[in-house]
Amino acid sequence: MTIIDELREGVIQGQANVALEKVKKALEEGYAADVILNEGLISAMSNVGQMYEDGVVFVPEMLIAARAMDKALQILRPYLVAQGVKPVGKVAIGTVKGDLHDIGKKLVAMMLEGSGFEIIDLGIDAPPEKFVDAVQNKGADVVALSALLTTTMPNMKTVVDALKQAGVRDKVRIIIGGAPVNQAYADQIGADGYAPDASSAVRKVREMLGV
Amino acid sequence: MEIYKHLAVKDPDDLIFGHSPRPLTLPNGLVIGGGLVYPELNFTLPPMSISAETMPEIREQYRQIIESACARAVDLYVPGLVVEFELLPEMTRTPEWGAEITAILRDCLDRFAQRDGLKSALRVTPNDIREFERPPRMRSGGLWDDMIRSFELCAQAGADLLSIESTGGKEIHDDAILYADLPTVAYALGVLGARDMTFLWDMIVRVGLKNGAIPAGDTACGFANTAMVLAEIRHIPRVWAALIRVMSVARSLVAFERGAVGPGKDCAYEGPYIKAITGYPIAMEGAEAAVAHSSPIGNIAKATADLWSNESVQNVRLLGGAAPTVSLEQLAYAARLMNTATEAGPHTALMLRNLFVASDTTYDPQAYVLRPDVVIDLSREIIAEETAYGRVRRAALATAQCLRKAHHDGLCPLSPQEVNWLDRLSKQADTLPEAEEALIEQMKDQIDPEKIRQDQYGLT
Repeated sequence: MTIIDELREGVIQGQANVALEKVKKALEEGYAADVILNEGLISAMSNVGQMYEDGVVFVPEMLIAARAMDKALQILRPYLVAQGVKPVGKVAIGTVKGDLHDIGKKLVAMMLEGSGFEIIDLGIDAPPEKFVDAVQNKGADVVALSALLTTTMPNMKTVVDALKQAGVRDKVRIIIGGAPVNQAYADQIGADGYAPDASSAVRKVREMLGV
Repeated sequence: MEIYKHLAVKDPDDLIFGHSPRPLTLPNGLVIGGGLVYPELNFTLPPMSISAETMPEIREQYRQIIESACARAVDLYVPGLVVEFELLPEMTRTPEWGAEITAILRDCLDRFAQRDGLKSALRVTPNDIREFERPPRMRSGGLWDDMIRSFELCAQAGADLLSIESTGGKEIHDDAILYADLPTVAYALGVLGARDMTFLWDMIVRVGLKNGAIPAGDTACGFANTAMVLAEIRHIPRVWAALIRVMSVARSLVAFERGAVGPGKDCAYEGPYIKAITGYPIAMEGAEAAVAHSSPIGNIAKATADLWSNESVQNVRLLGGAAPTVSLEQLAYAARLMNTATEAGPHTALMLRNLFVASDTTYDPQAYVLRPDVVIDLSREIIAEETAYGRVRRAALATAQCLRKAHHDGLCPLSPQEVNWLDRLSKQADTLPEAEEALIEQMKDQIDPEKIRQDQYGLT
């Protein structure tokens, strides 16, 4: 078992301290930062994601694994920067104005992060200007919008319109999710896609960016 | 303040639909919990924005909903009707809007009462908008002021019953559900939630008394129902959602200790516990609430209901009419069956209740913990403790044990994964300190001040 295997196992088991120790050791052994990231951390999260999709684990196991990955990333990040490793994409995610629902958005963000995306979390009750700013000034490749109420889903269109008005609609892909919306609604408001759950959101974003 | 130390319902056979030891009589003579089950209809708008510009259309939507629902209620000979108007957040933030809709509903209910003899009650539920500010200020500020004003104006506009889905403690509870962190759930419900409920319900009771409205009850919707929905989509184990449900009882009970008198809120699936402990009537929802969300307790929720609700339905057009009207019809028939069983005699009513119970309990631990005998046993455990935190802790320990035994005896079979999680959660429950102060101390380092203002709960 290599140190990368041990790192992967530590993350899958959600053992933050083990993950931390193994990343340090892998660096000491001379593994490149991108190898540790891709073959250790991202591969572990991909495994956990698959176990979740297969019904073997629940979200808490995934989150605890993500927390372990996050700890390990804190050590690894400077090495990734030094090596010039970039995230596979940057996603600005938020629950639209007037809506306080947090959980769905949080899960999508966690799954995307575990797949190597950089997340700009705009929080809940997020006004359109925040999404525009994330695209204009923070380089978001994807805008992910969440809403859980029939009376707040129209605010998804407000964001799409704001991005158009700011002249950045063509620079970004837009994905929507939440109980009251579907693909037809995504088409209607001019979004690029819809995902019914966190796992498919990752697949959809990957597909949108061709990564 | 009433501290519940004894059960109002001691015999599981007495925990039954339509009957409460402390029924509620409204000024118009409608008795809730006095023998009959009534439909409680809730509804919401179709996809649309809420603003000053759209208010004319919104008024018209509510007018159409209530006119059509009342007409159907008369056609179906319902013996009584409760209508719930759950405000949308914008309507609480602009309290005049919520009051305006309340007046529209009141006017229609009064006309049907006068013209057709339809006895009814209007429950109005302003939103807990404090969470629009993060971290929320729980006891002051503009959002608090608007919320209180919303209660006052809605009561003055004709609300008979006042309710809320309060959210004190939810700032840390959502994450605790997702991380399966039982001590944090216990802290959110038993320490933060209970403190917030005390403060909030003292205010709601005052507003109710001053304006002639009845302080009805709260719900652990933002806590236990969040867990239920997450369990339904396989995000968390079902045993975890069942544990949270019973742990939430102590928090919801605080409203009644501060002066709420029922009927409990429909989405409070902990309602049977509230009824067993306080004797006040409850609203419940299940099969007919599938218009709003799925649940594993569709039939068993009927077993102890005094009001039978649909949770909420959008005002969209169906073949059978507007969705709220259709929903009302479904509720009316469900309630009629229960009332027919009651009319046939206690033996028949009990038989129907037992069928409701038996049809759900083996499928899901969340249904199992609503079995009347389980409710009585666990309620007895809960009120053996004096503080809200003590009750939450006792609920966690006793429910874990109860579910383990139910699995072992084949009464509620659990999958190996669920059993594994029950063990993990049970171990966490075992670590809960007996003294509330010890838990508060333990949580100090774990609480993110960016998420929650502990001083707003009277904690330093």
